[in-house]
Amino acid sequence: MVWINAIVQGILLGGLYALFAAGLSLIFGIMRLVNIAHGDFIVLAAFLGLVVTSTLNMHPLTSLIIVVPAMAVVGYLLQYLVLNRTMGDDILPPLLVTFGLSVILQNSLLEVFSADPQKLNAGNLETASLSLGSLNIGILPLLMFTVAVAVIASLQWLFYHTALGRAFRATSDNADIAQLMGLNKKHIFSMAMALSLAVVAIAGIFLGTRTSFDPASGPTRLIFGFEAVIIGGLCNLWGTLFGGIILGVAQGIGAQINPGWQQLSGHIVFLLVLAIKPNGLFPRVSH
Amino acid sequence: MLCTAPLWAGRADLRFLSEIFLYLGLAYLWNLLAGYAGLVSVGQQAYVGFGGYLLFALAINTGVTPLALLPVIGILGVLIAVPVAVLIFRLHGAYFAIGTWVVAEVFRLSFAQMTSLGGGSGTSLPVNVVKSIAASRSGRESLSYWAAFAVLVLIVALVFLFLRSRTGLAMTAIRDNELAAESLGINIWRTKFFVYIFTAGLTAVLGALIFLQKLRISPDAAFSVNDWTAFVIFIVVIGGIGTLEGPIIGTLLYFLLREMLADLGTAYLVILGITAIVIMLFAPNGIWGFVKSRFGIEFFPMTRRVISKKE
Repeated sequence: MVWINAIVQGILLGGLYALFAAGLSLIFGIMRLVNIAHGDFIVLAAFLGLVVTSTLNMHPLTSLIIVVPAMAVVGYLLQYLVLNRTMGDDILPPLLVTFGLSVILQNSLLEVFSADPQKLNAGNLETASLSLGSLNIGILPLLMFTVAVAVIASLQWLFYHTALGRAFRATSDNADIAQLMGLNKKHIFSMAMALSLAVVAIAGIFLGTRTSFDPASGPTRLIFGFEAVIIGGLCNLWGTLFGGIILGVAQGIGAQINPGWQQLSGHIVFLLVLAIKPNGLFPRVSH
Repeated sequence: MLCTAPLWAGRADLRFLSEIFLYLGLAYLWNLLAGYAGLVSVGQQAYVGFGGYLLFALAINTGVTPLALLPVIGILGVLIAVPVAVLIFRLHGAYFAIGTWVVAEVFRLSFAQMTSLGGGSGTSLPVNVVKSIAASRSGRESLSYWAAFAVLVLIVALVFLFLRSRTGLAMTAIRDNELAAESLGINIWRTKFFVYIFTAGLTAVLGALIFLQKLRISPDAAFSVNDWTAFVIFIVVIGGIGTLEGPIIGTLLYFLLREMLADLGTAYLVILGITAIVIMLFAPNGIWGFVKSRFGIEFFPMTRRVISKKE
């Protein structure tokens, strides 16, 4: 029974990892950019949530109406003012600039909020649970999982059924020709980053309500998100969701064997997937 | 002059100089990987920590004096890098970078599980091992200084000779245009693989020396991404990536800034990060790249010119 429980909790945790990963997968798909500071932006969103909930006395989930647009604006400006200058064939500039951003974010958060672990208080929601036979499923993890599925479904819809999505796909296929066809490449890239950080905002708020976080928590979230992307297969959002679930289950089972193995077993499953199926379990089919 | 430093420099100066040498060594190796081979790794702390831990484990269990272990650690560093490279070479570009980070995390978490080496809280080098380096403290400090200096000279010489060799030329060709290089018959995978395991072995030796100076090791210190990768990246980027002079300028500047801004604490890191970003955006070849294009000087002649025979 403990094993079934570990697997169920792992699946639900996987939803959170898919949220970490979705923003990463999105910008890679559209502009081949990997944001090394992605995890630190998740933590930034959580801290932003902390400020909003404590000053306006809001519930963490309602704080999303402020944190999501705020992070989207940050994303747009970041891409427009800084990262667009690094876009090109050379992979080194975007990598090093986002790595620098990661160090800046971590240390600025440390300066402002100190190294103390923080948590967002979600009141009754934190302890509420559903019992299914002998299984107890927390309402909060269940909500996170549902939101993750909804976010991925709406991103998928946005990609294939809206004008913006068409612009994203066109720019992804060939940015220069898209530009010739009248799309503003810089604006499209900035919109993509805005969307990515909007998803990051949701991920950050859920991270903060689920566990405690501190300014140094970012890199681990980046790594989990990255592993989910690679396990699921690049440029495949539903694959990313399954990647997150596989990672969550691997960690859940690892933790059940020995608490020290939680992260290690996730990494090992990632390396195994890389060894056996380097393109991920659900590689994108051409369409 | 630097060879004779133990004769005239004080203890603190000696430590400081050794630290500069070790950072310069790390900067040279990372520069070779990222600036020449195009393998941007943010996981070199894997090998720093691996080397450090191996030194402690071997010295404690075999009783051999630590300095004699350095060649063994280098070879083991190369050997552990072989399976790592086979796996992570399946990732490209930025995903390769994060892949190296995952590997470093795996190393950190694995060493934290080893209770014989102190687990998560780490361990110190036992007194009898420390004594086996040299009986007196000053003798030990001189020896570890010379070791750091010798390893740095070895690294600079190897990197220089390597870049001037056939493989080095092949590597630069790959960095400049992978497709063109491949069509000229260069085996890209093998060339990059060779560079990766070569730098891993030398990074492990540097890691061993770093923790020989500290005499204490813990998983968080050994596999710190800030200490062994972020600083090194900033040093190389600010000095000039893809040049052999850049890391020297970057290291000197880094230590100068560190001495001046040490009181600022975390703000210092923010300043360093902003400087690196500004340089990457506006002067991507760093300080040395700027000097080189302006004045055309090179201390390590690396540029190849086409010489046409006169009629």
